[in-house]
Amino acid sequence: MRRFSWFNTTALTLGFAFLYLPMIILIVYSFNESRLVTVWAGFSTKWYGELLQNELFLDAAWVTLQVAVVSSTFATVLGTMAAYVLVRAGRFSGRTLFSGMIYAPLVMPEVITGLSLLLLFIGIGLDRGVLTIILAHTTFSMCYVSVVVSSRLVAFDRSLEEAALDLGCTPWEAFRLVTLPIIAPAVISGWLLAFTLSLDDLVIASFTAGPAATTLPIRIFSSVRLGVSPEINALSTIMIGIVTVGVITASLISKNAALRQRAEEQAAERAA
Amino acid sequence: MADSAEARPMPHGGIFEPWNDPTASPLIRFENVTKRFGDFTAIDDLTIDIFEREFYALLGPSGCGKTTLMRMLAGFETPTEGTILLAGQDISPIPPNKRAVNMMFQSYALFPHLSVWENIAFGLKREGMAKSEIDARVDEMLRLTRLERFAKRKPHQISGGQRQRVALARSLAKAPKLLLLDEPLGALDKKLRQETQFELMDIQEKTGTTFVIVTHDQEEAMTVASRVAVMDEGRIIQVATPDAIYEDPSSVYVADFIGDVNLIEGRARPEGDALLLDWAEGERPLRCKTSKSFSAGQTCHLAIRPEKLTISAEEPAEADNRARGRILDIAYLGNISTYHVELPGGLVLKAQAANTRRIARRSFTWEDEVWLSWTETAGVALER
Repeated sequence: MRRFSWFNTTALTLGFAFLYLPMIILIVYSFNESRLVTVWAGFSTKWYGELLQNELFLDAAWVTLQVAVVSSTFATVLGTMAAYVLVRAGRFSGRTLFSGMIYAPLVMPEVITGLSLLLLFIGIGLDRGVLTIILAHTTFSMCYVSVVVSSRLVAFDRSLEEAALDLGCTPWEAFRLVTLPIIAPAVISGWLLAFTLSLDDLVIASFTAGPAATTLPIRIFSSVRLGVSPEINALSTIMIGIVTVGVITASLISKNAALRQRAEEQAAERAA
Repeated sequence: MADSAEARPMPHGGIFEPWNDPTASPLIRFENVTKRFGDFTAIDDLTIDIFEREFYALLGPSGCGKTTLMRMLAGFETPTEGTILLAGQDISPIPPNKRAVNMMFQSYALFPHLSVWENIAFGLKREGMAKSEIDARVDEMLRLTRLERFAKRKPHQISGGQRQRVALARSLAKAPKLLLLDEPLGALDKKLRQETQFELMDIQEKTGTTFVIVTHDQEEAMTVASRVAVMDEGRIIQVATPDAIYEDPSSVYVADFIGDVNLIEGRARPEGDALLLDWAEGERPLRCKTSKSFSAGQTCHLAIRPEKLTISAEEPAEADNRARGRILDIAYLGNISTYHVELPGGLVLKAQAANTRRIARRSFTWEDEVWLSWTETAGVALER
């Protein structure tokens, strides 16, 4: 049987075109000579040069990076703690309520999360700026971290922790020396997820950002309302590039690690 | 089964019997310990003594409470009632990391992110031992378990049998007073398991550590242990040396749980130091020597191991007990064969005979009429 019948080929082409055509157009036009976004006038990299001169974009990028790094780190610590307690505590009354409350923000409309945080910050008299965006992003991304980490913890062999205790560890040492290194991949993916969510969040950031600090998505959104400039295309292309490289690297690393582990296990069984 | 009980070497020499010495004080004492999980009673008012240098096996079906007992010794569970003494000291308030007790886990629980060397050194580092001492101790453990070549490997880079030895080395490294082994050989195949049993006994003797092993494999318990405790539903049914458990079970449950057994139920008729068992209408009563006293007419079970029955074609002239029957089935196991013989009343007895001749020259076959006979000391009379 032919693997690529005309039907398969068509379906595949349509599917991928649907997913990637917009991005391809965006990338192509980021190298457009013309200022008009929809008219091709020859190849040029000048918009990338201009982007680097644009203070507003550079400032916003810097704020976004700070917010993403700090908030995803906080979210990882809090999310891991929450996941650990919920998985380890076993059955207690109200457990379902607690775990439900951890996951609820995942389905909560962002507008509501943003609005409630805004009201809270006004209520306690906190000036809106980098700090408030960090707090807001920590709040909504910690539940994603907690979901990722708890799915790993559920599969974690508890006797490893007991063995650590048995060999003289205090509970904290057992967590630090045994549990954490083993669940580290899940914690790192949780951090990456929180980082990405923070990078591209527009809604919550626009509720909690102040005049002193603007993130990149807010900046892009507001400048697009004044008309799409080729600079935006260039900026977006850079972001697509960073994400693509990151995703491909991460998947190659984990695939190689899995392959190597399997090969070594087979070698050990053969040698036995 | 019969082999392992009888061919078992005496790992401790003939004189190691602290449980018969009234002056010996036990290393571990359970005093009326009860453990409940909600409504479920896992351990029910249990009292046992375990002595230093013993290899003590807890044997029972799954769910009998043997693992709970072990986890209480390790400190992962606390007793609901009663006290556990280790060298005379109540250990209930001591957390697992402060106990001179180490455990080898059923899943081995090797730390996957650490090498074999680091796994073994893990407990020593927690003690704050000097670097040079740790090196020396880990090397000693690697030699003891013949793992020198694998020191740098990660747990996933070695085979199941090697992992089992790493787990043993790691739990022995801190030289615990007591080593707990939770189904330590469960994951190994039969041949490797038998080899490892002898290795375990060897290591236990060399290190002089007290071992408590949990197992559901009776053959394993019989092979390695100095004493076997048979458990059922949170209670200890009998504690005795492997040969006493096998030859002199205290109840039908133990007789049936350990090895193969023929059970014949009947009414007792005491006669001096023996009793006569009326077991079927019109049959000669069975004669059995016993030190227990039975009242006349009391229900009694006679337990006889299959290898203690003699099978013959002719009626044996001088036998304390004999019965005529027909061969129903033959299980050929290579070295021995088990004959299932049906008596006229419908009762089926199992008799084992060594295959000293080649199979083509075997004297009995299916449907043959044969005689079974046994001596008055071959069986054990049990009340229940």
